[in-house]
Amino acid sequence: MADTGIGASVRRKEDQRFITGRGHYTDDLNRPGQAYAFFVRSPHAHARIKSVNTAAAARSPGVIGVFTGQDVAADKLGSIPCGWGVTQKDGKPMNAPPHMPLAADKARYVGDQVALVVAETYNQARDAAEKVVVDYEVLPASVDLAATAKKGAPVIHDQAPNNVCFVWGLGDEAATKAAFAKAHHVAKLNLVNNRVIPNAIEPRAAIGDFDTGDDSYTLYVTSQNPHLARLVISAFVQIAPESKLRVVAPDVGGGFGSKIFIYAEECVVTWASRKVGRPVKWTAERFESFLSDAHGRDHLTHVELALDKDGKFLGLRVDTTANMGAYLSNFASAIPTYLYGTLLQGVYTTAAIYCEVTSVFTNTVPVDAVRGAGRPEATYLIERIVDVAASDMGIDRAEIRRRNFIAAIAFPYQTQVALQYDSGNYGASLEKALTMIDYAGFEKRRKEAAGRGKLRGIGLASYIEACGIAPSQVVGSLGAGVGLYEAGQVRFDATGNVTVFTGSHTHGQSHETTFAQIVSDYLGVPFEKIEVVHGDSGRIPFGMGTYGSRSLAVGGSAIVRAMDKVIAKGRRIAAHLLEASEADIEFKAGKFSVKGTDRAKTIGEIAFAAYVPHNYPLSELEPGLDETAFYDPANFTFPAGTHVCEVEIDRDTGVVAVERWVAVDDFGRIINPMVVAGQVQGGVAHGVGQALCEAAVYDKSGQLLTGSYMDYCMPRAGDLPSIEVDTTVTLCTHNPLGVKGCGETGAIAAPATLINAIVDALAPLGVKHIEMPATSQRVWQAIHSAS
Amino acid sequence: MPTVSLEVNGKPVKAEVEARTLLVQLLRYDLGLTGTHVGCDTSQCGACVIHVDGRAVKSCTMLALQAGGTKVVTIEGLARDGKLHPMQAAFKEHHGLQCGFCTPGMIMAAVDMANRIPNLDEKTVRHELEGNLCRCTGYHNIVQAVLAGAKAMRA
Repeated sequence: MADTGIGASVRRKEDQRFITGRGHYTDDLNRPGQAYAFFVRSPHAHARIKSVNTAAAARSPGVIGVFTGQDVAADKLGSIPCGWGVTQKDGKPMNAPPHMPLAADKARYVGDQVALVVAETYNQARDAAEKVVVDYEVLPASVDLAATAKKGAPVIHDQAPNNVCFVWGLGDEAATKAAFAKAHHVAKLNLVNNRVIPNAIEPRAAIGDFDTGDDSYTLYVTSQNPHLARLVISAFVQIAPESKLRVVAPDVGGGFGSKIFIYAEECVVTWASRKVGRPVKWTAERFESFLSDAHGRDHLTHVELALDKDGKFLGLRVDTTANMGAYLSNFASAIPTYLYGTLLQGVYTTAAIYCEVTSVFTNTVPVDAVRGAGRPEATYLIERIVDVAASDMGIDRAEIRRRNFIAAIAFPYQTQVALQYDSGNYGASLEKALTMIDYAGFEKRRKEAAGRGKLRGIGLASYIEACGIAPSQVVGSLGAGVGLYEAGQVRFDATGNVTVFTGSHTHGQSHETTFAQIVSDYLGVPFEKIEVVHGDSGRIPFGMGTYGSRSLAVGGSAIVRAMDKVIAKGRRIAAHLLEASEADIEFKAGKFSVKGTDRAKTIGEIAFAAYVPHNYPLSELEPGLDETAFYDPANFTFPAGTHVCEVEIDRDTGVVAVERWVAVDDFGRIINPMVVAGQVQGGVAHGVGQALCEAAVYDKSGQLLTGSYMDYCMPRAGDLPSIEVDTTVTLCTHNPLGVKGCGETGAIAAPATLINAIVDALAPLGVKHIEMPATSQRVWQAIHSAS
Repeated sequence: MPTVSLEVNGKPVKAEVEARTLLVQLLRYDLGLTGTHVGCDTSQCGACVIHVDGRAVKSCTMLALQAGGTKVVTIEGLARDGKLHPMQAAFKEHHGLQCGFCTPGMIMAAVDMANRIPNLDEKTVRHELEGNLCRCTGYHNIVQAVLAGAKAMRA
């Protein structure tokens, strides 16, 4: 292994600009003649818009234009689509009401965009927005997830009677019923998967820039997938054809799912830049991030697990109500279905599974993917009910998992819920994690803590996720409106430097480094001579972006395929230059050589010959060395592992201290261990946040009570321990790198791990379950109501 | 509009600003020093931390006019003669950043922390970082970077 190749903890190329303050985030960019935008947002959760009077705002100093939903309608802009149609249990399509870029008839959540003010300065736009007079007829709001589908609840969309988007089922209902009928024991649990707000530290921003010279638009935007933004804004919102729209997502300060989606604001500033004939810039203030970035999770679930007398899982039954918020965000319908129900096999041989999901609208911010997206919810309920069953039946929690793991020799493994796992070794991760944390010695530590008046608990979770999203034909058959391949381009220049263009987007994932490692390793080009370009639909052939831990497995594989083409062409050029048969040319460590001889050409020499084709087989081969590949994965990838943590709870205050955290994950082949550990640690912190302190809270009228960092608790450095990371390896069998993906697993494993530990700590008091977030208040109440 | 005069990264600066202009807005929008970031409205996230007269300050909590006559150092002014400050180097070496957005504030806060506290340990660093939010790293490597950077600053 070279020190910059696959497997090395190479320090990151991208760091230099970030540590010196020279990054280029969207709000750092300014276009000549730029104007500034501020959105007028509904202060009501549900209100009819009777009129919008913009006259006073239009007269306000510096104002260039004021636009409303009526203007959007007059210009015939389209609805922002949900890209995944779910077929209901009864065969009907889901109810998918329109989502116009500016609300014209009704506002449906606090924060809904009602009007846009464009002015010379940001302060002028903000001041003028106060003068827009909207005459609202306030309507009763439907905010409670448990009640929104009940009779008498206020109806949010005419197209969705009873506020139901869909009722969807997966699995074998009859077989599951039969499994429960013969059960020795049935474990049952009601649980809440709390609503979270993604909170990338960089607020969303967008600059629409219309070029009056050639009628083209450029949109600079905080996006995880600029090509998808181009597609949606062109084909659906119909602002411009794709050939007239370039979308640039420069440095992006974290996404966590929230910057996948195409939001009203970026559509509107693009459109408005033509209306005012100037670039229009909008940057969210944090309160707007809380009120408009898609939220995540928000499930109510009843789960039952049927077991035989030995603790083997016979059947799993899940009934979930999932919140969509006020409108369907782009991938909202896929999250509680194809990224949730399909994961309910977990890592176990459960013989029969049935899951039913009722997805509903409420007068709240739209809900969509947040780091993990559906898979944290699946892992949480499985790993909680397994612990409940272990406790009910008096079986050790590690032991009950061992008894039910899919065996390492059982792959490929066809699950009961559509997916086929290609590889894994779940026992290996579990045993390694238990050794690292000294599981056997835990009771001694519990006793020692008790001596200090503390309640100590240990918890574990064995998770699986499906990522490397996704085989296009599979997702197409399930209702996806797009293919989920990725594009990669590898371009040599005449002097032997390499530029890699990728449709994946890096916003913390370190692709500029890890993708360069792969290219250096494959092509034998020095790491320093490789540049990775991403985030610009004008430079990159195509892309489906970064989400679902897909970048390396799908985007990385596309780059490998492009390199295969480079090597194949290089071989033909080398055969010509070396006057040998193509079949006799071998490529290794950056050199094409004639087998069994010392005659060779470096790939740099080949690139030079390709661009200066004086001695070159021009009659049969094009000049240039620049190859593009699209890669469509054959299957999902299935990272899996076990996390274990220990907590200590203060009896007097209910404060939970996370004392240790051990993560053992199987990500397949690892390109850069330093980067992988960082991804795991960040994911764990995100999951700890959900389990310990984060919650979006609405009052009955639909006001978001947690609308700032004063009210919404983000995990801070002092809330977390060091996170000990190790791995086991089974290779992915179907992509050329053998990789699985690592970005979401921490957020998937952590909530169940931590709640299991907290419940274990409180178990001596008779506590059976605690809801997330397990705030000190909630834990204190559990302690006191138990004793 | 009133004017304000101060020193930024060793250079004298004079600017006309609206009275309500925040120091961070002066830095970002008038002076083009976009390394100092804005992540929240409530002085919670710390992405805007700079040094004012040698002390760490959240530049969103200070009016530009309040900075008159002060010496301000931003992330752009930390490296000298093309050589990274030891804290910057430590963040790179220990992978203390991912998306990079909170990083300038983290580094400026960390330099201040190391200046104030002679013998930093992990627990102190975690406590001292309570004014800086990071969503990417889980803080693990930030803490390692601060400890290493502080050590290098003393060397």
